[in-house]
Amino acid sequence: MEKKQYERPHIIKLEAGMPGKFGMRSESLPVTHIDGVSVKELTTNFGSPLFVLSERTIRSVYRKALKSFSTRYPKVQFAWSYKTNYLTAVCKIYHQEGSWAEVVSGFEYDKAIANGVDPARIIFNGPGKSADDLRKAANGGSLIHIDHLDELYTLTDLAGELPRKPLVAIRVNMDTGIYPMWDRFGFNYENGQAWDAINKIMMAGKLELVGLHTHIGTFILSAGAYGVAAGKLADLALGIRQKFGHDIRYIDMGGGFASKNTLKGSYLPGSDTNPTFDDYAEAITSALVNSGFRPDNLPLLILETGRALIDEAGYIISTVIANKRLSSGRRATIIDAGVNLLFTSFWYQHPITPAQGFSQYREDNTLYGPLCMNIDCIRESANLPLLNKGDRIVIHYTGAYNLTQWMQFITLRPNVVLIDEDSKPHVVRENEMLSTINGPEKTPPHLA
Amino acid sequence: MKINENLAISDNGFLFNPTTGESYTVNPIGAEIIEMLKSGETQERIISRLLDMYDTDKKTLEKDLHDFSDILKQYQLLSEDE
Repeated sequence: MEKKQYERPHIIKLEAGMPGKFGMRSESLPVTHIDGVSVKELTTNFGSPLFVLSERTIRSVYRKALKSFSTRYPKVQFAWSYKTNYLTAVCKIYHQEGSWAEVVSGFEYDKAIANGVDPARIIFNGPGKSADDLRKAANGGSLIHIDHLDELYTLTDLAGELPRKPLVAIRVNMDTGIYPMWDRFGFNYENGQAWDAINKIMMAGKLELVGLHTHIGTFILSAGAYGVAAGKLADLALGIRQKFGHDIRYIDMGGGFASKNTLKGSYLPGSDTNPTFDDYAEAITSALVNSGFRPDNLPLLILETGRALIDEAGYIISTVIANKRLSSGRRATIIDAGVNLLFTSFWYQHPITPAQGFSQYREDNTLYGPLCMNIDCIRESANLPLLNKGDRIVIHYTGAYNLTQWMQFITLRPNVVLIDEDSKPHVVRENEMLSTINGPEKTPPHLA
Repeated sequence: MKINENLAISDNGFLFNPTTGESYTVNPIGAEIIEMLKSGETQERIISRLLDMYDTDKKTLEKDLHDFSDILKQYQLLSEDE
């Protein structure tokens, strides 16, 4: 007689009560394949845990975002936010799609150059540019977004010794009616700092003011805030035209669009409630079109969105190491991917799905990673089927920031695989080995 | 171990404790274990019978049966022998 498939014994008390207003169906239909490649095959060939990126999703989300803006505004340019995910393969996909590069350090600038990006299509943001960084970017004709007066003075001093006039924008922070208001970057709109910087640039004449930039925050759930911000930048641009007879070439709205992830504490999933690209595009482009720009002289609209473009394309496949019960009787499951790989689990409830079939029985779980560290909790509560040791799960929406903010901590970082549009997996970053960590270390002779 | 002998289990895994009026859902293997406990089977015998029926190994069964018994005790459906 053929034996039945095993499922561990499970009993749960039925609690009578009013149905919740926010009752949702369970989230975890099994995801056995990613872009046509079986999860089992991926872990057999490349190990577990495993980062997986979908080229198909990267391209389709990018095209959807571009369409949202370009159908509403005539001149739109995306610039890929390197810090969100600077794996070379990922950057090259965005550059193939037509994205410029948006970098925030000398290292990222060099990476963009190594990726073959035309220096004139690199936007250099951030508060920490060195004099060498500024010199390099100015010589290349890159777009330097000035963050503070010290940078403005440094660049003005350098300009005299450079063969070409540096192309600059200023970063502007402002009140857009949301909390928190980011005011640590750039010059404030409301208190006149932004005008002060503009006056200094225009009067000194050593820098060419080509744009205005803002980046109002991160994971902004109110599209209307972007409309306010675009209106304020348009007001500055029109003021510059009026005061100096100078047209700026572009308005850069930065990033901060929410992805489909769900912030902790949210009642409903982000995939249902967060603004769409159309929502953001409508707010921004309406504000620009309705401002005082002549229709034949609209500035280029630059967008530096990172998270919303790539979050959806990233997965982590992980394997169940063990099941246990906490002192309260609550189920805890230990998986082989920890917070050192999934930094974003500190603020998101990442959707988690099993990678194999299961019955209708489910239980609330706390999901812990493998690190011997109390903070290593991937989900405080996830309603999942009865997972056994060795079962695989897929963690969704992991493409943004995890592959740049991940840490080599306690364990080594795993392979990263990109599945191309023909469903062929490619290793785009090899797993670390002991030599990866020991290589740069030096041992003093008396300890050798 | 002593199971509450009055427990009623339906074919589709609905379990009712008439002593307290509380209801539970239990999966098929859980229902089978409760039935075996009601008929007085020992733990060793339960494991042996389940091994014949399910595609698993003894260590996994022992671990999971132990965990299941703990939950039954927590729900006061199972008590230690007096």
